[in-house]
Amino acid sequence: MPDANAAPPTGELLRIENVTIRFEELTAVDDVSFSMGAGETRVILGSAGSGKTTLLKAAIGLIPVDHGRVYLLGQDITGMDERKLFGIRSRVGVLFQEGGLFDSITVAENVAYPLVNGPVHPVPYDQIESKVEDALRFVELAHTLEKYPSELSGGMRRRVGIARAVISDPPLVFYDSPTAGLDPITANTIMALIAKERDSLNAANLIVTQRYQDGQLMANFRYNRTNGRLEPVSQNGAGKPDGSNPTHTIFMVMKEGRVIFEGTQAELEKSTDPYISKFVPKH
Amino acid sequence: MLDFLKPPILAIQDFYILTGRALRNVFRPPHYENDIVIQMDIIGVGSLPIVMLIGFFSGLVITMQMSRALAQYGATDQVGPIVAITLVRELGPVLTAVLVAGRNASGIASELGSMKVTEQIDAMRALGTDPIQKLVTPRMIATAVMLPVLTVIADFVGLIGGFLIAKLSLGLTTTQYWTSAYRAIEYNDIVQGLLKPFVFAFVVSLVGCFYGLRTSGGTQGVGHATTQAVVVASVWIFVLTSLLTRIFVNLH
Repeated sequence: MPDANAAPPTGELLRIENVTIRFEELTAVDDVSFSMGAGETRVILGSAGSGKTTLLKAAIGLIPVDHGRVYLLGQDITGMDERKLFGIRSRVGVLFQEGGLFDSITVAENVAYPLVNGPVHPVPYDQIESKVEDALRFVELAHTLEKYPSELSGGMRRRVGIARAVISDPPLVFYDSPTAGLDPITANTIMALIAKERDSLNAANLIVTQRYQDGQLMANFRYNRTNGRLEPVSQNGAGKPDGSNPTHTIFMVMKEGRVIFEGTQAELEKSTDPYISKFVPKH
Repeated sequence: MLDFLKPPILAIQDFYILTGRALRNVFRPPHYENDIVIQMDIIGVGSLPIVMLIGFFSGLVITMQMSRALAQYGATDQVGPIVAITLVRELGPVLTAVLVAGRNASGIASELGSMKVTEQIDAMRALGTDPIQKLVTPRMIATAVMLPVLTVIADFVGLIGGFLIAKLSLGLTTTQYWTSAYRAIEYNDIVQGLLKPFVFAFVVSLVGCFYGLRTSGGTQGVGHATTQAVVVASVWIFVLTSLLTRIFVNLH
């Protein structure tokens, strides 16, 4: 179990209760339970086909669950009518694998999409433009406003996706494999951006990834708003875990649809399970 | 034993669910007026050149063919009414709908299909917008408005095509042709000439959307969805025109 330090400050944003999802013969997610509170970062590690993306999609109601219940922002969304779901979903942010941008509209229109087309209009129309510019400046892509997604590189598309996911200041953001298919340097830039987003918005994050380094960055670095840089937060100052978990980061490892580990980074690194060791390089 | 019937029956059920949702969304907010206008431009204005061209030549060809048949009875002056009735009742609606099916049902299916296989439809749902409201309903409304308009234009251009032959090759006067053509068209013809494209519009747009949204299996799936959309839409146009013609013939 996560230690006392890791307990989220307030409120429960997501609760997954004994969720099982089957596709024909295959059990993609097998009896998974966890809950997430405000300010928490949860990193789900697992190899391809371990059910992590399916679990993420079920958490926002994109895939129906066969068994168990899903509570999102305090509401039971299991089997909920999709029209009601749109209202709840518009209050969370989602970054899709590959960014999930609409390729027939410009970058600016993509980022503005949740504000313009959502069921609620949180921002007056005349402020949308400046909000979009702010969001794109945040991901350092202010110069791409009028470009189309096909003109951008994979990393840039991911950054636009992040800008779109957080444009409405959601309390909870889902990241589906934010670094998949990127080179290590770009991947680090993306993760630094996600950490920056987390610490600027104080949003809770659910990150699904294959790379342990992604979680390590989230757990041990914090964005400093005054100097605009990422700084290590662990007491040893080297970005290495010391068990205090100041970023409230919880790791979960999934294997063939089941959760085989849940806990802090320090606990994860102590694990001797051969499957977990594949993800976690030993020091 | 009857398992082979399951997929088509399930497909028909899915199609009815999609149709029901698309129709209900017409009366429910949010309304995406911009998308309706964009689709009207793509479907209506975009199809105009080809629809006019085909309309013109079909009028031309009917007149040439009929002039020979009518010459046997010495009734070539009756060519105006024949062109008018054929075009307004049947050829105008069906040719236009088949053209728009080839052009737009395929376009819709490949666009929505690509969005489906690249997770853009899921992204849309995740961002809190209803893909049916945002994608299907605007296309349905745009086609339902534009297809009757295109048909009327095709009818008229077809009559001009017929007029050219009647005037130049059959030696009819301008008044003779247009007056007889105008008199031949009855209220019944106009109603069926407008009702048919209105009905076909739903077939073309919804079949396109249906196959687009069902796309699976990558780029190959998109090609498959496109082909199926055109074939199925075209078949239904001919089935429905037979049905509607039967009804209007009885009414008369």
